[in-house]
Order: sequence, then structure tokens, then C-alpha cells
Amino acid sequence: MTHKTILNDTHRALGAKMVDFGGWDMPIHYGSQIEEHHAVRRDAGMFDVSHMTVVDLHGARCREFLRHLLANNIDKLKVTGKALYSCMLNEQGCVIDDLIVYFLGEDFFRVVVNASTRDKDLAWINRQAAAFSVQVKERPEFAMIAVQGPHARDKVLGLLSPATRENAAKIGKFVAAQGDGLFIARTGYTGEDGFEIIVPEAQAVDLWNRLRDAGVAPAGLGARDTLRLEAGMNLYGQDMDETVTPWEANLGWTVSLDAGRDFIGRAALEAQKAKGVPREMIGLVMDDKGVLRHGQRVVTPGGDGEILSGSFSPTLACAIAFARVPSGERDGLQVDIRGRLVPVRAVKYPFVRDGRSQLDA
Amino acid sequence: MQEIPGDLKFMKSHEWARVEDKGTVTVGISDHAQGLLGDLVYVELPSVGDTVKAGNACAVVESVKAASDVYAPVSGEVVAVNEALTDKPETINEDAYGDGWLYVVKPDNLAEDLDELLDPDAYAEQLEEDES
Repeated sequence: MTHKTILNDTHRALGAKMVDFGGWDMPIHYGSQIEEHHAVRRDAGMFDVSHMTVVDLHGARCREFLRHLLANNIDKLKVTGKALYSCMLNEQGCVIDDLIVYFLGEDFFRVVVNASTRDKDLAWINRQAAAFSVQVKERPEFAMIAVQGPHARDKVLGLLSPATRENAAKIGKFVAAQGDGLFIARTGYTGEDGFEIIVPEAQAVDLWNRLRDAGVAPAGLGARDTLRLEAGMNLYGQDMDETVTPWEANLGWTVSLDAGRDFIGRAALEAQKAKGVPREMIGLVMDDKGVLRHGQRVVTPGGDGEILSGSFSPTLACAIAFARVPSGERDGLQVDIRGRLVPVRAVKYPFVRDGRSQLDA
Repeated sequence: MQEIPGDLKFMKSHEWARVEDKGTVTVGISDHAQGLLGDLVYVELPSVGDTVKAGNACAVVESVKAASDVYAPVSGEVVAVNEALTDKPETINEDAYGDGWLYVVKPDNLAEDLDELLDPDAYAEQLEEDES
């Protein structure tokens, strides 16, 4: 069965090209993916991300539960509204999903997980939550609109009531405010400033239309993918999954090996670290013409690797990618494109941040 | 959607062929195909002098989204390629039946190859069927 977000008719009326995305009928673009990409880098664009799964956790032992569930340390969240990015691991230390968790009260945390992993995530969270008497409540009645770009915040703030505007205007990055029925988080998946807004379905179409009237360009999931790749952000299923540890997905920065915290997967992660991590994820740039694609073979002096997320970068006007390669391999890299070996360069990423190339930085 | 010029013949896989006055055949992809692919960012063309065989892959067009093989509508020797696409592949998005041509062949089995292709009406019909 194909799911539709509350904005489905709105997308179609805008002439969107719709595709199946993990069982959801979603807009891939509204005419030109590249123009939508540039709109976000240069001004402001918006994405319907209502397919993402919002899960509320209630209970006195929420924090204790999240200390156990997440590889990142929930105790970094001390102020109401603050958000944390984390992996949720299995006992083998491999990634079940990546998520954002918001601290809304000692007995109330909100988690946003991927759409494509919804069923297994809910099953896993429910299974783990039982021992902590934490109530797990999905919130399908919410839509979500991500408004991103250098002018995104101003355009959103202009639509809010004075009181909500004042609250939303002062929040720092990775913090959420609430008001006007909206949950407004200064987060995103593009490498630009902006908000991700959780909105009741009944208000979603009106909010979308008001954002459009304010000059925010509708952007499809195609642009979202090239923006997040340029921004150096992983995509679950492509860059990591249940066969990959955070060490192998360049997500070590999200793993908190703080003393005495027994989170799921910790023992396996420590064992892999002690033994040596065999593979690692690096950024690649191709100076030749062509496009790097998921699944292409990466030839290195130390053995083969593979392209994870790969695409044409509209900002840099060349192909960029993440690749998983034998640890330590940085030189003499080539990618097999239809039987032709093309040289590629290992680079530090993000490739682009706040509208600017990071390659020469 | 651009109107389909009447002097073209099509493959079901969305390539077009135009027989020129001098007997050569110009090849491209349809406006419908470029719409499906989205913004084109890279084109891999055959070389002048290459022999292409009808029904075989002979070029690649890549959009941000995907790479797609281009199949030769007619057999023959490649006598010209559209070098301008190297720097401006988006020309195909803008003018699929004109400036967005891919290559020209000197055909060696033209009459038979043309028999296998669709005329514009039949191609338009197929597009409608694909949509439904």
C-alpha cells in the first residue's frame, strides 16, 4: 500500500513529479532538481518530510531508557527543547537507525526516526522500553515541513504570532521551540540554517501555502538528497545499515563511550575498536566528467571498496560521493564506471556548508 | 511537453532518429525521456568512426538521479557527435529534438532498421499507454 502525506494533492497541483519512496508517494522534484537545490543554498526552500516517523516517549524512566537505547549520551541534553543526533544500535553494534531525540521534560522525550525503517524501529523501541515502563506513542497525526536556506528562518518567523516568533527567533542550533500549535526545531538535513517544523495535519496545507506566499520554493526529495550529501550527512540504508558499525560509517563522533553507561551495542563497538576497524567511510571528489553512483566499485591499493551515496553536486558542479574503503586508503583511488577506471580524490567533508565549498578550506 | 516533430522515428526505449537529406541519420532521446530523467549532468557519446548496431547500447545519459543507456535506433558508422553536450548536457533538457541531438550515423541497413521504429503517432500512443 502506498502512503500519502496530507500535502499530496498540494504537490500534484504544483506539478511535482511523484515517485515511490519507501512506500510513500513523494515529490522527487517540481520541475528542476538542480534549481531547487540552488534555491535552498541561496535563499529558502521547503520539503515535505511528513513521511518521517515522530515517536513520543513518556514515563518517569525515559532518560534512563535512552541511556540504554542510544549510542550517543542523552545526558548531553540538559535544557528543555535541546536535540541530540544518535544511532540506535543492535547488540552487534550495527546501526538499526539514526534519529534525532528532543528533550521536552524528564518524563517526555520526542524521537524522529526514518520513514523507511518505521516498523522495525517501533518494534525495537517498544521491546526495549518495556523494562523501563516507558510508553511509546507514534504521532501519525503530525505532518512535517523542513524549511531550509540562508533566508529560511526569517521567512518562517514572519508567519508566526509575536509570542511564538520571539521564542523561535532566539533558539540556537539543535534546539526546538513550541507555539502556534507548531513544534519548531532549528535542525535540518541540508547544511543550511533553517527549521524543521512538526505541524498538525489540519494546519499543514495552510502553513505550506503561506510559506510559498512568503517566497519559499517547494523542493523535492531529489534536492534533499544532493543537499545532504554535499553537507556530509549520512543516509540510512545507503551509507549505513545493520551490517555496519558507526566506526565504519564515520559516525564515531556520535558514539559516547562515557564511563559506566551500558548502551546496546557498546561491547561490540569496544571490541571492534580494540581489534582495529577494517573499513572506513571517506569522502570522494571526481575531477573527470561523469557521475559517482551507489554501488560502483572503488579500487584502492589495499583492496576494493564501494561507493555509498554518490551523485552530481550542483554546488560544486562535479561528482562527489561517500565510499567505504579498507581503513587507511587515501591515495591511488579509482572508481570503476562501466568498466572504465576513473581517478578520484579522497577529501575531508562536508563538501559544502552554509552555501560555500569546503574543499579549498 | 514539446510537440513531437513529424519527421522523427522512435524506439520504444525513447530514442529518436531523423533521416537527413544527405542520407545520414541524426539520433537523440525524446522530450519525454529527458523529462523522466530530470536535469542531465553528463553525457557519454560514441566516438566518430565507431560502428553502432541497432538495438545495442551506444551512449549514456546521466541525470542527477540516474544513469541511462541510449540504444542505437539504426546501425551504421558514427560520423559526428554533439561535442557541445560535454559542457552543456542540459541542452537535452531544453531542446531534446533540436540542439540536444547526440550523434549522427552513416546508416548501413537503413530501410530495415526504419521498419522497426515507431512513427510519431505510434510513439505518442505508447506514451499514453505507459501513463495509464
